[in-house]
Amino acid sequence: MLAAASLGQTVIGQAVIGSAQAQDMVGAPHNWGMGLQAAAGPIKERIHDFNDLLLWIIVIITVFVAGLLAWCIWKYDHKKNAVPSQNSHNTVLEIAWTVIPVLILLVIAIPSFRLIYYEDRARDADLTINVTGRQWYWNYAFPDNGNFNFDSRIVAAADLKPGQLRNLEVDEPLVIPVNRTVRVMTHGQDVIHSFFVPSLGIQRYAIPGRTIETWMRADHTGTFYGQCNQICGTNHAFMPIVVRAVPQAEFDAWAASARTRFADSTGTAPVAAAPSAATEVQLAARH
Amino acid sequence: MAYSADAHGHDDHEHPKPGFVSRWFFSTNHKDIGTLYIIFALFAAIIGIGLSFLMRLELQQPGMQIFSDGQMWNAFVSAHGLIMVFFVIMPALIGGFGNWFVPIMIGAPDMAFPRLNNISFWLLVPALLLLGSSMFVGQGAGAGWTIYTPLSDDQYQPGMSMDMALFSLHLAGASSILGAANFITTIFNMRAPGMTLHKMPLFVWSMLVTAFLLLLAVPVLGGAITMLITDRNFGTSFFKPEGGGDPVLFQHLFWFFGHPEVYIMILPAFGIVSHVISTFSKKPVFGYLGMAYAMVAIGVVGFVVWAHHMYQSGIDVDTRAYFMAATMVIAVPTGVKIFSWIATMWGGSIRMETPMLWAVGFIFLFTVGGVTGVVLANAGVTQILHNTYYVVAHFHYVLSLGAVFGIYAGIYYWIGKMTGYQYSETLGRIHFWMTFIGVNLTFFPMHFLGNQGMPRRYPDYPDAFWGWNLVASLGAYLSVAGFLFFFYVMFDTFRRKVPAGANYWGEGATTLEWQVSSPPPFHTFDELPRIR
Repeated sequence: MLAAASLGQTVIGQAVIGSAQAQDMVGAPHNWGMGLQAAAGPIKERIHDFNDLLLWIIVIITVFVAGLLAWCIWKYDHKKNAVPSQNSHNTVLEIAWTVIPVLILLVIAIPSFRLIYYEDRARDADLTINVTGRQWYWNYAFPDNGNFNFDSRIVAAADLKPGQLRNLEVDEPLVIPVNRTVRVMTHGQDVIHSFFVPSLGIQRYAIPGRTIETWMRADHTGTFYGQCNQICGTNHAFMPIVVRAVPQAEFDAWAASARTRFADSTGTAPVAAAPSAATEVQLAARH
Repeated sequence: MAYSADAHGHDDHEHPKPGFVSRWFFSTNHKDIGTLYIIFALFAAIIGIGLSFLMRLELQQPGMQIFSDGQMWNAFVSAHGLIMVFFVIMPALIGGFGNWFVPIMIGAPDMAFPRLNNISFWLLVPALLLLGSSMFVGQGAGAGWTIYTPLSDDQYQPGMSMDMALFSLHLAGASSILGAANFITTIFNMRAPGMTLHKMPLFVWSMLVTAFLLLLAVPVLGGAITMLITDRNFGTSFFKPEGGGDPVLFQHLFWFFGHPEVYIMILPAFGIVSHVISTFSKKPVFGYLGMAYAMVAIGVVGFVVWAHHMYQSGIDVDTRAYFMAATMVIAVPTGVKIFSWIATMWGGSIRMETPMLWAVGFIFLFTVGGVTGVVLANAGVTQILHNTYYVVAHFHYVLSLGAVFGIYAGIYYWIGKMTGYQYSETLGRIHFWMTFIGVNLTFFPMHFLGNQGMPRRYPDYPDAFWGWNLVASLGAYLSVAGFLFFFYVMFDTFRRKVPAGANYWGEGATTLEWQVSSPPPFHTFDELPRIR
């Protein structure tokens, strides 16, 4: 956590205010983690609520079935029960184990439908971001904030600074304002990729020839990691996603500087990769 | 109840036993072809499990150790999936046990089309050779077993390799379609007098439903990959957006085949498990009609749920809502089957011998895979579980642990019948426990990895995923050891040659195969049996 916070400092510079830094959240997998990654936004929180319900139901069903099996094996062992019953029908039972699962499914279905309609699209989006998946990096475009776009590439293991997460860091994170609803439009440039950030509860394919709309919103400032989640060729495992949620003022400052830094790549996303190697140098120069 | 005496009269002549070449290479005998299928499946399993062993070696720790690059990894992932689906599970369950026991159980002298049966098998051999050699041509076919375009297009998988894999699927598909036609014809027309549909053993029911699924689903795959082949080689653009095509169309076509395909793999295992549970509980199957029509229901509903594999592909939210609802409906007939198996055991006189261990293991593990399937049916949660290791865990619980446990249950249940030699109970139990512990160690931690967001088809992962991956790899080594031990069990069976009687399971075993000797005569029924 501390390491990641210092990473935030490195990448974004001194803009992070001390108090905000202390609350910065890191959305990443952790060692021996078993549950879902912690929620950083309202979509993920609702996913957690629903997932908790599901987990209870499936654990109870599994334990129930396992218990019945164990009971049968123990109670009706041939040494104890030499003469088997020949009972092979019980209408009440058969109706029960048809109807009760239907009721359980109804209990699941109602919140489930609510969730997918909630997740689907943003009602009143504060800004729109175009996400383009390419072999093997992401391109982010900000049409509402000066129409700039930039590439976001993995930081090679050799270039990692201490505390950075291998295979998860990028040179140029996607910066969004915290507590703002962000409309996300995904496209594929070459093959299908998938834009996937677990802690924000967002995932959509990036498909060539299509634009898919969804949304996300971060309730916490911090850094949220994700990875490409649809097989896309040899470097499928090496095109991570980093979303940084920052206060609105900081976002505005970032967008203003990004407009100039990425001025050479404004307009529609070019096929050729925008020069991104120099971005870190420019970033350092800015501060 | 169509029954043609003419069709059988032909087979009833006393043929002299054929020589080795004509018996095994020009075989028209359903039992010999079944044996060929099982041997073929075991051979393919060595390759398919070998690939997964190398994959687990790579994933045992972060970083790239044994794979040179992601493309090689992707080729391995794709080949593992395709081999296990098309050349291990399907040949073993459908070609192997289906061929062996469907004719015997319905009292037929053989399959309806013995020569068609033979070509169904022999189409698989070049299919496996094509797929296997595709890994050594160019950079390999690395688009996953789902071969989504555009990644499977000539631009992104250049060279012959992908075409070889696609032709392999065409051959395997043709084999399946011919086999399915054969099974349907056999079951509808060659039942012995008195063997009505509602008296048919559940394994035959399972094969009937499976055959219909194959007949309706596989041609759609054939169409999809034909369009892909022409996109790759002849300048069409069915799936190329730059030519007005649509990559998502391929996903629809693939999954219209792909989802019934998963039921094709599991339904025959349902059939086998029903027989084993009934035999070792010394009870008739509980709710026979419910069990049969649950399989029919699973087959029918299985055709209208395909887009639950495509929740992230930009399909409309109302469409997602429909596919969610339809998918959850499948849990109902599946639940009927689980509870009917338990009710079959209830009040029985249960002997926990090796086949029963596998069958009970099947019920439990299939339940685990089933409930995670209910979770994944919900698009709201799948938004963050789609394509993660949670999905990998889910489908390995229903296939690697479900279908494969069904295969092992069938082998231990029928090995005495098929070979005339009984296996060693001690060795069988050791094999079961090695496998049971191994596969659970392998696949259960994958739920955690998926919850934490580990994407599938990754040769290298962030370091936080190391712990559970290490556990999974250790489990995989135990499972592979169990698989090798299985070959020793078989070797031991043939070495000791303990003769198996006609009905070595005793009074619980009631289907027709237990009325004939072990192994059954070359022509099972010289006279058609009459069913009460």
